[in-house]
Amino acid sequence: MAHEHKLEIFRGLVKFKSNTQKIWGVLIFLTLVTIVEVALGILKPDVLMRQVLGMKALNWIFIILTIVKAYYITWDFMHMRDETKSLRRMVVWTAIFLILYLIFILLQEGGYVFDVYKEGYVKRDF
Amino acid sequence: MSTTVVNTGTEGKTWGGGNKPLNASYGKMMMWFFIVSDALTFSGFLAAYGFSRFKFIDSWPIADEVFTHFPFLHGVDAPMYYVAFMTFVLIMSSVTMVLAVDAGHHLNKAKVTIYMFLTIIGGLIFVGSQAWEWNTFIKGDYGAIQTKGGNILQFGKYVEKEGEQVFKRVALRDFAIAEETYRAEHGRKDGLWFVQEGTLPTYTVDEVIHGFEAHDNVLVRTQIINEAGEKTVLSRGESLKLLKENGRTVVEGANLHVNEYGSPLFADFFFFITGFHGFHVFSGVIINIIIFFNVILGTYERRKNYEMVEKVGLYWHFVDLVWVFVFTFFYLV
Repeated sequence: MAHEHKLEIFRGLVKFKSNTQKIWGVLIFLTLVTIVEVALGILKPDVLMRQVLGMKALNWIFIILTIVKAYYITWDFMHMRDETKSLRRMVVWTAIFLILYLIFILLQEGGYVFDVYKEGYVKRDF
Repeated sequence: MSTTVVNTGTEGKTWGGGNKPLNASYGKMMMWFFIVSDALTFSGFLAAYGFSRFKFIDSWPIADEVFTHFPFLHGVDAPMYYVAFMTFVLIMSSVTMVLAVDAGHHLNKAKVTIYMFLTIIGGLIFVGSQAWEWNTFIKGDYGAIQTKGGNILQFGKYVEKEGEQVFKRVALRDFAIAEETYRAEHGRKDGLWFVQEGTLPTYTVDEVIHGFEAHDNVLVRTQIINEAGEKTVLSRGESLKLLKENGRTVVEGANLHVNEYGSPLFADFFFFITGFHGFHVFSGVIINIIIFFNVILGTYERRKNYEMVEKVGLYWHFVDLVWVFVFTFFYLV
């Protein structure tokens, strides 16, 4: 059972000697990202409270950091990095396409319902 | 049999058979496809949460104010630290799982056993923490009044902190004046055997209003989020008017119908999404225990193949992956 592992992360910037070392490296990275998230969530710097593309800049940072974490969990813990390109695309692209589509529809609709409430068609302030 | 044609003339070509385009075993591939479908289920829930939140975007509860507790630190305001700890526990158990998979590749039974054991312990700590989190959320903290229209009115007062006026929440028990009431809980013994009601709140609306009148520094805070990103605090006059005109029920804690922190939908989604995730963790722990015993019994040692560990590993990492998203969308954003 020869198992080949790709031992580079960050596009070859960091290279590990063994798979075990890579696992601990990824753990350190994920922990750092989580610490940054919690620190930002508690401090809430005023600079990041501005609206960017319909949401607070801070929320965009949270979402991006989450996707970064998801990437490393899937690629290194679930060994997606070592699977064939076709399996990888089958799993990842299918999910990403359907999820983005669903999110777009539901958030769009949610915003619309909010407007209906706000324009006074439905009384809620009692 | 010797006359049977066994050569198709396509050996070694793409369609000649024996070709493995995905280079993964059947079991592993099916685990991946199950994960895709389960991921879509969870995204359905999270997207529905997003829908409800966008619907009430100007009055949604602020997670930092809801999850402020830490075990054994009563009264200390510790927003999110415990959830961060839970996230770390789950990531850590993911690490021990992947180490078990790695040890399996080297056919190292002793190491697989230890790492599987640690993974199970991590999973149990996580499920236990979640139970504690639910318990704290259900019991509630300060209590609130629900209006006729279903809006939540919370209480608090301004206190001096480092030279600034800071709004601090006040619990109902700290200002409501208990009076003698004759309202008893309606049980099955009192009328129709199939009709009963839930536990009555500690105070009635009148008791809260009387207490409010007696303490002239207490103010009402509504659900509406102002431009500074904080909930609106009303003046003394507005507070009393709103309480007297619209106050209908006292709410303590949260369940599927009412929620002292704000919109009941917040509680509904909290119970549903973290509950569904907790159920996944729980079943993951059960599956891990089964595999753990198989490892100890030497099933995979005799098979000379630890791929089963790898497959449950995929499931376990997926549970961790889902939590990363739940953490972001429930507690951070």
